[in-house]
Amino acid sequence: MILATLHPLQYAIFALVAIAATAVVLTRDVQRQILVNGFYGILLVILFVVLAAPDVALSMLAVSTVGYPLVVLIAIAKSRDK
Amino acid sequence: MSVLPYLVAGWICVIGLYGIVTSKHLIHLALCLTVTQSSTYVLLLAVGYVKGGGPPIFKGVKLGTTAVDPVVQSLTLTDIVVSVTVLALILALALDVHDELDTMDPDKIVELQG
Amino acid sequence: MSRQIRIAVLVPALGLFGFLLAWALVGLPHFGDYRGPYGYVLDRVVLPERHMTNVVTAVVFDYRGFDTMGEEFILFAAVVGVVLLLRQGGREEPDRLNDSVGSDGVRIGGTLAVGACVLVSLWLISYGFVTPGGGFQGGAALASSVLLVFLVSSHKAWSGVASDRVLDPFEGVGAGGYVVIGLGALIGGLPFLTNVLGPGSVGTLFSGGSAAFVNWSAGMEVAAANLVLFTEFIDEYVVPLAKGDAAG
Repeated sequence: MILATLHPLQYAIFALVAIAATAVVLTRDVQRQILVNGFYGILLVILFVVLAAPDVALSMLAVSTVGYPLVVLIAIAKSRDK
Repeated sequence: MSVLPYLVAGWICVIGLYGIVTSKHLIHLALCLTVTQSSTYVLLLAVGYVKGGGPPIFKGVKLGTTAVDPVVQSLTLTDIVVSVTVLALILALALDVHDELDTMDPDKIVELQG
Repeated sequence: MSRQIRIAVLVPALGLFGFLLAWALVGLPHFGDYRGPYGYVLDRVVLPERHMTNVVTAVVFDYRGFDTMGEEFILFAAVVGVVLLLRQGGREEPDRLNDSVGSDGVRIGGTLAVGACVLVSLWLISYGFVTPGGGFQGGAALASSVLLVFLVSSHKAWSGVASDRVLDPFEGVGAGGYVVIGLGALIGGLPFLTNVLGPGSVGTLFSGGSAAFVNWSAGMEVAAANLVLFTEFIDEYVVPLAKGDAAG
């Protein structure tokens, strides 16, 4: 089972994605969590490029830099109103 | 070890589920749900990878060079674009709950039903 | 059940689930050892058969176009759900919200950037069969480019561009047009969603045949659906601010 078929940089990006996912879940303050989620989105884009999937990387980039923060930040602001 | 990518996908799924159950804010819950969704993207793309393969685009590239599997990429990319809309629907429901019950804590919602 | 009981039940259950998942995942073929024949066949067959150099977009809009129709309807249904939920109280027009961006440099540079971004998004949609791109990616990028109008100028300019009267026809035409194009092939006696215009020439704008039409309708629908979402959320946020401005 122990075959060295991964390049060291591939190891590094998989480990970074796992650590970033843990960081997103363990951040309890919602305003900080959306920033960490943006960072996690960019790490996922790099992972998709490493795995030779440029179409998937394009759609993740367009979605996680604009779509997610806008929707979540407006929901946070509205939920603090009353 | 060569099964590391699959184990990373499994870890992301499990940690996302942990975040959903122990969450104290409805928006935090929605973001942990998107983390769990992203574990499926990582697993799909890791299954379709061919060793030494390039992207499945053949412009200027000779036909017959090794390329990765295109079918799993097509499933993943439509899924990513649709997930924003589903997240917006979940947040609209959460805002509705906040309007009715004036709280964003999942635990308190259960108590108020009394 | 209380929070403590919930967490006490969760940890062993999650541990068992994680162990079973890891056991299943270890049995997969090694990373890089791809076995299925479908991927190898598609990589070799798409360019001679359909003259499309981007195999992923060919799979999304031509070989598995029926699944993409289902995804579009998920998008449509979710947007309808959001609109129904967020418009329950009825919404009055805000009188005057004085929130235009003050700096001239931001407004001028931002307006030029909006033009450039819209052009790049349209290029992504139209050349989807040649280089990485396609209806879904280009539609998401187009929605983000139009959102820039709100960020670099005022809310009045944004609501002129992204009003309901403009967006609803686009979204309807995009979602319904997909089905109509498929039915067009059915009326001619061929199976649903056949590529009737035949393969075009490799590497040009016309390499898709009639799959280019469904590409454009998907791109229109994704862009319009995302813009409707953004409009709903922004109006939910801006209207109370305007009332506060007018009162104070």
